[in-house]
Amino acid sequence: MTKNLPILIVLLPLIAAQLCLLLSKIHRHVGRWIVITAVSASLVMSVIQLLEVIDKGPVHYYFGNYKAPIGIEFSIDTVNAMILILICILGLLTCLFSNEFNQVSDETIIGGMNTVMCLLITGLLGMTSTGDVFNLYVFLEITSLSAYCLIAMGGNKGVVAAYRYMLVGTIAATLYLLGVAVLYANTGTLNMADMSEILNDGEYDDAMLLAMVLFVASFGIKMALFPFHGWQPAAYTHADTSARPLIAGAMGKIPAYAMFRYLFCVYGTDFKYFDYFLKVLGVLSVCAMLYGSIRAIGQKDMRKLLAYSSVAQIGYISLGFAIGTPVALAGAFLHMFGHAFMKAGLFFCVGAIVYRYGKFSLDDVGRIYKKMPLTCGLLVIAALSMVGIPPAVGFFSKWYLGLAAAKQADWIYLAVLVVSSLLNAVYFFRLIEQFFINEDRNLSQIKERGRIEASAWILIPVVVCFVAILALGLCNVKIVNILLMTLGEVGLC
Amino acid sequence: MIGTLLAGKGIFFLTLLLLGIGMAGIIVCENYMKKLICMNIMQVAVIFFFLCLGQKNGGTIPVALDSVINAADYINPLPHGLMLTAIVVSLGTTGVGLALLYRIKDRYGSIEERDIIRRGKDKQ
Repeated sequence: MTKNLPILIVLLPLIAAQLCLLLSKIHRHVGRWIVITAVSASLVMSVIQLLEVIDKGPVHYYFGNYKAPIGIEFSIDTVNAMILILICILGLLTCLFSNEFNQVSDETIIGGMNTVMCLLITGLLGMTSTGDVFNLYVFLEITSLSAYCLIAMGGNKGVVAAYRYMLVGTIAATLYLLGVAVLYANTGTLNMADMSEILNDGEYDDAMLLAMVLFVASFGIKMALFPFHGWQPAAYTHADTSARPLIAGAMGKIPAYAMFRYLFCVYGTDFKYFDYFLKVLGVLSVCAMLYGSIRAIGQKDMRKLLAYSSVAQIGYISLGFAIGTPVALAGAFLHMFGHAFMKAGLFFCVGAIVYRYGKFSLDDVGRIYKKMPLTCGLLVIAALSMVGIPPAVGFFSKWYLGLAAAKQADWIYLAVLVVSSLLNAVYFFRLIEQFFINEDRNLSQIKERGRIEASAWILIPVVVCFVAILALGLCNVKIVNILLMTLGEVGLC
Repeated sequence: MIGTLLAGKGIFFLTLLLLGIGMAGIIVCENYMKKLICMNIMQVAVIFFFLCLGQKNGGTIPVALDSVINAADYINPLPHGLMLTAIVVSLGTTGVGLALLYRIKDRYGSIEERDIIRRGKDKQ
């Protein structure tokens, strides 16, 4: 039974996505619950799989029993087993959260929305588990196409933002495919492990250089790394409110993971130009951390503020790759998990406020804490975690990054880490000031919603994110140890 | 010497030129439909690039024939298989793109970038 876990995790949401629209025709809740059931089943299976991987080492799944270089392979180690769990949790929470939105609209829209969301989850899960370069391209496109649809559902501006993202995203996918072509022409294989063995001979350095430039550009666009981030603020701002936590929380992280796979697992530290790429990544992430934070300070729209903050936070993740030691990589991945929950949690809060009061602008929400205490509580925890206050996870991921930077004597990285955290504090305290201190705006509810601040479907994700941020922070040693089981072998020593 | 270079590698230059045209078109064109067309040109360029990798002089179709025994006499079917998938993906992208364009035309009444930016500001 457990032999087929890797494929079942990806397959169940895919099947549910196909059934969802059809079953929504029968009753508008049937399709939605199919999706939620499938994603929960994937979550349970990915937890079982993580335990198994910790116990017995990496799992390789060969489709149709065709062995590796010929067949397609799913390879699961501790890093991507944990990312699978992250995607499943975020996907599940977002599906529950979207229950409350679109209550009145017709079943085709609800069914279609859940179908697309489920496809997005499928694509992310597939990108994470695959061990085949072309398979990754297909899952990348599944992810992007469903993301375009979800962004386009967010009204007039959403459509334009989605169209622009589509043009840029297709350039990224095309560049990736070109990189695959260059590698395939030289090695004649599409399997990552096999390709890594052939490339390590050192004959193909120039072709590898060309391919890596293309990969960095392509994944840089997809994860919104600094000079390639142009599509991201508009897309996050105008995406559909109920899908935004998944898009902002999980979608930007998986291309970062794919970049890690190429740089560290397929290419490896023996690659002749490895150090140059680390330097380039380092420069880009330093720029991202500063630029994203500075732009976020000037924003008046809460969604845009959080979107620019994402640009900065992606910089932290790629900074971990740029430092390149196992500890730095572990810090980067811890930040990936932490930031996914922080940003998703913040967007859940914004969603709850929008749901109740329909306001996006920071100036309109003065002293909203009186009316929504729980939501504002999470918002403060998530904001403090972003700034890096213990015991929230944001502190520990930055600590590991700083530790690794100091050990490698990369003092510039350490300085930028501190400066960027201070800039984070500037704009998050501005947010907190608006929510707690500024003049009361006497907001009126859009519709009468009863006495509690929001319905259970909205509060469950908020509370789960709150618990996850603290739990990740308190269990950080355990998580980093699990990550290091894989990362210990790949980084710089 | 240029003759042999072009005979051997000329096709690669042409596909890269096509890629450049597509990419430049996406950046330069102001009409969203033209941007979509350029996107398609760019995707086709990569498909050509892959197909060039599978091309071989004197090779035959990859179906086992009694008269052809050596593997070297067959062309490599893998790039073609991959590109079938890539064509399907590009079809999907174009479909989504056209649907979005339809919506933009519906909501903004135009698919010219200048008009959309102006009307977007009006709506704020």
